[in-house]
Amino acid sequence: MRITQGAFSYLPDLTEAEIGLQVQYAIDNGWAIAVELTDDPHPRNTYWEMWGLPMFEISSPSAVLHEIDRCRQAFPSHYVRVSAYDASYGRQTTALSFLVQRPEKEPGFRLDRQERSDRRIGYQLHAYAADRPHGERYGA
Amino acid sequence: MTAQMIDGHTADRIQSRWGPGVIPYAQMGYWNPDYEPKDTDILAAFRVTPQPGVPPEEAAAAVAGESSTATWTVVWTDRLTTYDRYQAKCFRVDPVPGSDGQYMAYIAYDIDLFEEGSIANMTSSIIGNVFGFKALRALRLEDIRIPPGYAKTFQGPPHGIVMEREYLNKFGRPLLGATVKPKLGLSARNYGRVVFEALRGGLDFTKDDENINSQPFMRWRDRFLFAMEGVERAQASTGEVKGHYMNVTAATMEEMYERAELARDIGSVVVMVDLTVGYTAIASMSRWARRNGVLLHLHRAGHSTFTRQKNHGVSFRVVAKWCRLMGVDHLHAGTVVGKLEGDPNMVQGYYDTLRLGHVDANPIQGLLFEQDWASLAGVMPVASGGIHAAQMPQLLHYLGEDTILQFGGGTIGHPMGIAAGAAANRIAVEAMIKARNEGRNVLEEGPEALRQAARRSPELQMALDTWGEISFNYESTDTADVIPTPSM
Repeated sequence: MRITQGAFSYLPDLTEAEIGLQVQYAIDNGWAIAVELTDDPHPRNTYWEMWGLPMFEISSPSAVLHEIDRCRQAFPSHYVRVSAYDASYGRQTTALSFLVQRPEKEPGFRLDRQERSDRRIGYQLHAYAADRPHGERYGA
Repeated sequence: MTAQMIDGHTADRIQSRWGPGVIPYAQMGYWNPDYEPKDTDILAAFRVTPQPGVPPEEAAAAVAGESSTATWTVVWTDRLTTYDRYQAKCFRVDPVPGSDGQYMAYIAYDIDLFEEGSIANMTSSIIGNVFGFKALRALRLEDIRIPPGYAKTFQGPPHGIVMEREYLNKFGRPLLGATVKPKLGLSARNYGRVVFEALRGGLDFTKDDENINSQPFMRWRDRFLFAMEGVERAQASTGEVKGHYMNVTAATMEEMYERAELARDIGSVVVMVDLTVGYTAIASMSRWARRNGVLLHLHRAGHSTFTRQKNHGVSFRVVAKWCRLMGVDHLHAGTVVGKLEGDPNMVQGYYDTLRLGHVDANPIQGLLFEQDWASLAGVMPVASGGIHAAQMPQLLHYLGEDTILQFGGGTIGHPMGIAAGAAANRIAVEAMIKARNEGRNVLEEGPEALRQAARRSPELQMALDTWGEISFNYESTDTADVIPTPSM
């Protein structure tokens, strides 16, 4: 399966040049940019590991692309996302978020059902990868 | 200002403001061109069409009078009150350009006139009595200004745009939805199939339609259970948070709460109600939604009966303000390009009204007053009704990114199936956002970006082939009075 979190998961994976253009858009809007990674793709896993602090006041995408590259090299089988943060009043939240790396093989999720009274079902989403400890989830 | 009576009395019978009998509303203080509105006043702009022979200022004063303290004749008991405070004052009357016999009347209401946090009270006052007034041929409430002091007495949206996006973990693009079709007749099991296919294909939300409540062919509880199975399966197959707007509209509050509680218990992130349940019921559901962490979607069922005609009724921008105050997270607000009424400028005015923290007056968009929302959260506007993937450039251009685009027929009617229809819409919106962020003009270059994306997506190609030429170009009935001056 292909996890479709992030703004561009239904398009082909972005090239370096395309990532650069999205980063430039964030810079032009005055947004801070963060690189984050995880090997737990559960949709409620909010807090991915931060690759350093968010980058504020950057002038060109090259610094961000460099950090993305370093992160991918250190974690070649993790999900890596780029998030742009809008600190302006009334927003103060993420403005754009998209994946820039995903594991080669994504085993996906098992849906567990617990049958309860009155025909209700308790659902539990279980990432197959999460059966193994952090760092060992997506092969070498 | 003449002293002509609206009911045939003559001026020489009037001794003074307090003499018994009937005197013009204008002379009772309801017309006061020298009045300077206070920052704390609620302001209203009415489009007034007086009966022949009734002076516009008198007609406007009658509206001010009947929507505040007045009755048809002088009553001495007014003198037991600080009546000049409680009287609404019409302070300005302008002829409407291009519409003979119509006048825009601006009326100020003291904040003391309204109960805190009650849309029912505000509407009973402002639109309660005056719309049937014989001296008027027609009357329309065009806009209102809510002062921050009054706005702060309302809860506002239970979650708002920012919280909704953080809750759903979806940023930087419009959200996508679809209303399950056919609206009526599907069994619960078949209904859930549509939910599952549309969500696994790429939509964020599916939706009950306004009139799907709990009918003999499908009772609400069965629908909720099967829809949730579809939602959960789609989450498992995409790794995304998904939702189905479970319509809890019912005959009584008790039944609505019962339905909402089951939706919450089985894990739904969202419930919906129809505008037909009434303002107080919506406000109650809003409190419930805040308390229970469930998003609240509002379908504006019935609104066109009073919003559509330009000379009589209540403008949708006013309804949008009431909805933001009483507190909903989603509100249908027009598409510009789809099958339902909506002039582009008017619709953009509704979207700004719902989303921005501070809205400047902009008569071209029908916004007659500045509106400061005093940190009330924004409402996500929903575009629904006759839209399809080929319109994505116009939709993004006119409606922006904080919106929910709902493609019912444009998903379920896809020749390759529901999931393919959903994928086509998702690919189209992602391609358009990507192109915009890359600095391309979506209106001019968007169609080409869509065709490029379609080369890799047979689903999108099929959608463009099927609906690419479909448009609904009818003249709008509700348009701005001012004609924009072309810029050089």
